[in-house]
Amino acid sequence: MLQHILALALKELLALLRDKRSRFVLIGPPVIQLLVFSFAATYDLQHAPIAVYDQDRGAAARELIARFVGSPNFQVVAWIEHEAQIAPLIDERQALVVLRIGPRFSQEILSGGSGSVQAILDGRNSNTAMLALNYVQSIVSDFNDAWALQHGRNGSPSRLEIRPWYNANLESRWFVVPGIVGLLTLVVTLIVTALSVAREREAGTFDQLLVTPLRPVEILIGKSIPGLLVGLFQGSLIVVVAVYGFGIPLRGSVGALYLGMALFLLSAVGIGLMISSLAVTQQQGLLGAFLFLVPAVILSGFATPIANMPQAVQWLTYLNPLRYFLIVLRGVFLQGDSYTLLLDQYWPMALIGLFSLTMAGWLFRHRMY
Amino acid sequence: MSARSGAWMRLRGMVRKESLQILRDPSSIAIAFIMPVLLLLLFGYGVSLDAQHIPLAVVIEAPDTYSTGFAATFAQSEYFHPQRFDSVQEAEQALRERRVDGIVWLRSDFSRRLLAAGDAPIGVILNGVDANQARITQGYIQGAWQRWLHAYAVAQGRELNLPVAIEPRIWFNPALRSRNFLVPGLVAVIMTLIGALLTALVVAREWERGTMEALMVTPIRIGELLLGKLLPYFVLGMGGMLLSVAMARWQFGVPLNGSFWLLLLTSALFMLVALGMGLLISTVARNQFVAGQIAILITFLPAFILSGFIFDIGSMPAPIQFITHVVPARYFVAILQTLFLAGDVWVVVLANAAALLLMMLIFFAVLSRLARKRLE
Repeated sequence: MLQHILALALKELLALLRDKRSRFVLIGPPVIQLLVFSFAATYDLQHAPIAVYDQDRGAAARELIARFVGSPNFQVVAWIEHEAQIAPLIDERQALVVLRIGPRFSQEILSGGSGSVQAILDGRNSNTAMLALNYVQSIVSDFNDAWALQHGRNGSPSRLEIRPWYNANLESRWFVVPGIVGLLTLVVTLIVTALSVAREREAGTFDQLLVTPLRPVEILIGKSIPGLLVGLFQGSLIVVVAVYGFGIPLRGSVGALYLGMALFLLSAVGIGLMISSLAVTQQQGLLGAFLFLVPAVILSGFATPIANMPQAVQWLTYLNPLRYFLIVLRGVFLQGDSYTLLLDQYWPMALIGLFSLTMAGWLFRHRMY
Repeated sequence: MSARSGAWMRLRGMVRKESLQILRDPSSIAIAFIMPVLLLLLFGYGVSLDAQHIPLAVVIEAPDTYSTGFAATFAQSEYFHPQRFDSVQEAEQALRERRVDGIVWLRSDFSRRLLAAGDAPIGVILNGVDANQARITQGYIQGAWQRWLHAYAVAQGRELNLPVAIEPRIWFNPALRSRNFLVPGLVAVIMTLIGALLTALVVAREWERGTMEALMVTPIRIGELLLGKLLPYFVLGMGGMLLSVAMARWQFGVPLNGSFWLLLLTSALFMLVALGMGLLISTVARNQFVAGQIAILITFLPAFILSGFIFDIGSMPAPIQFITHVVPARYFVAILQTLFLAGDVWVVVLANAAALLLMMLIFFAVLSRLARKRLE
């Protein structure tokens, strides 16, 4: 039996790696994508373009503006002179924020009142707008504290001491890069497996395979091995780059990570083979892979949190192996989670893997044309 | 027979052949019409950055009027789902187990220091794994705190008198509904996928089966061949596009502030670019396996991550910003977000449309050269 499986697995690997172009497709793009996406996928706001409309021109206003000029989050791109300049700057996306300091600002603030400052934001990207507003508010809040101290005014009766755990500087790269490990591993595994049966069906060699002494279980295992190997290789490569290239802390045990990866690969291979044995042509196989991949990425919590989704969509995410693997990845990388904390992520992946592999094996024999 | 009528006849024959092929194989109709609807429904509802009912642990070591009053502000807010914990250790355990996303912790001396020194500390611990959500949660907590400061000042019989009061005005999307920002971008992502998939697989299949060679020995010219292949898929793709736009407007309630005709025109331009990309992929790859892989790798993920659909391009490092210029979806996302939310801002629309036009010309120039050479 072992001999049968080895022979088939070897043949599958050869079929996969024989063609120069498909070899390249397996190695080149994932590495490039890892680099590009890891740098690109950031929610952090840096040097957000801001325009200042200072109608007051007093010392207090200058003091406030200086804090915006000095902030790494903002970059002043324009000094506005007239009301009419505001709209085009925002409309044409030259400025994300326009800070408008009213003509009576100095008078108001020096007389012990509240100086009014307007922040006009481009809401087209609601997330950036919200982040920018948070930054504006924290700069103003620092200014308020300093001003209250200098001028003997009453400060705020309490203060917030905010401490983020696991990611003290709230760098979104720490969140995104472990996610990319899961994302690219899924893509590559699916690409390898989704066509492996369909291609043989189209060429008619699958029927030949079925009439050999190989049993369906052996065919199943033999067809799974290349996907598992390629996925494991890719996944490890990306983990190494994440740790040494991007400096993402790997706080938990490597064993917990690899247990998660093994179970995830099992489920990804199972789904790939299931799609592949459902498909009659390669085109259908690819389409099927695509139809699984796209929702699997969007509904995994890779870019947007699952908790924000409507309840019905949240239920759907329980079918998605990537959902669990992302929690494992982020848990092990950032939170240093142990096996026991991740148990609830392991067993659903194992279940999905078991079910899809069984289905694929069953389909080998029962979907014949 | 004049040359022109000959060209017309050949083109018509080609279009007819492709149309028949589309009609007979329902998979391309499924790609063009069913996929956009499914994807848009799934993503429109699935992709959201609006946090609601954030599970928050509230620890009050010494409950009294002031501390419970502060905790009550969280219960009133729709952003939070506060849960009381007796000790901060229990709350921290819940944070570790991902049962809560944050902790608000009032120590036993909160009320005393609030009344005496006026610098009562409020401890906030956030799960920083998802940095963006942590920031958003932080903003919401700060907002709740500000509201409480106001209420507290009023209760003390005075007004909260901060040196600077900031008054935010958010244009185009006053409620900061993330759906208004994401759904127009989704249309671009989905149409990139569909345009490239439609053509990439179909043409690669002809190369693989050798029918492309058969087509090339007919009197048809390369331009006519490409045009004939393109037209039926263009019609299909535009159908899917219109469907998506209609869903964005009516199903998801995203306001369309710009002109519909401008939207249609720029969509047509983008559709040509996406189809051209698909044709190019299939011509280079020449087999379905490689064509499909390339289509997945260079269309969906770049359109998702590098287009500005969800991650802000301005915040990316300069070399990556440079790379985004070759992602066609980038230009279309900018056009869509502007046309839907801001209106007809000509500077934005024209600059991005010009970039799309340039990409289209380059794709087709490369395509006609390649296709000619490919016969070896």
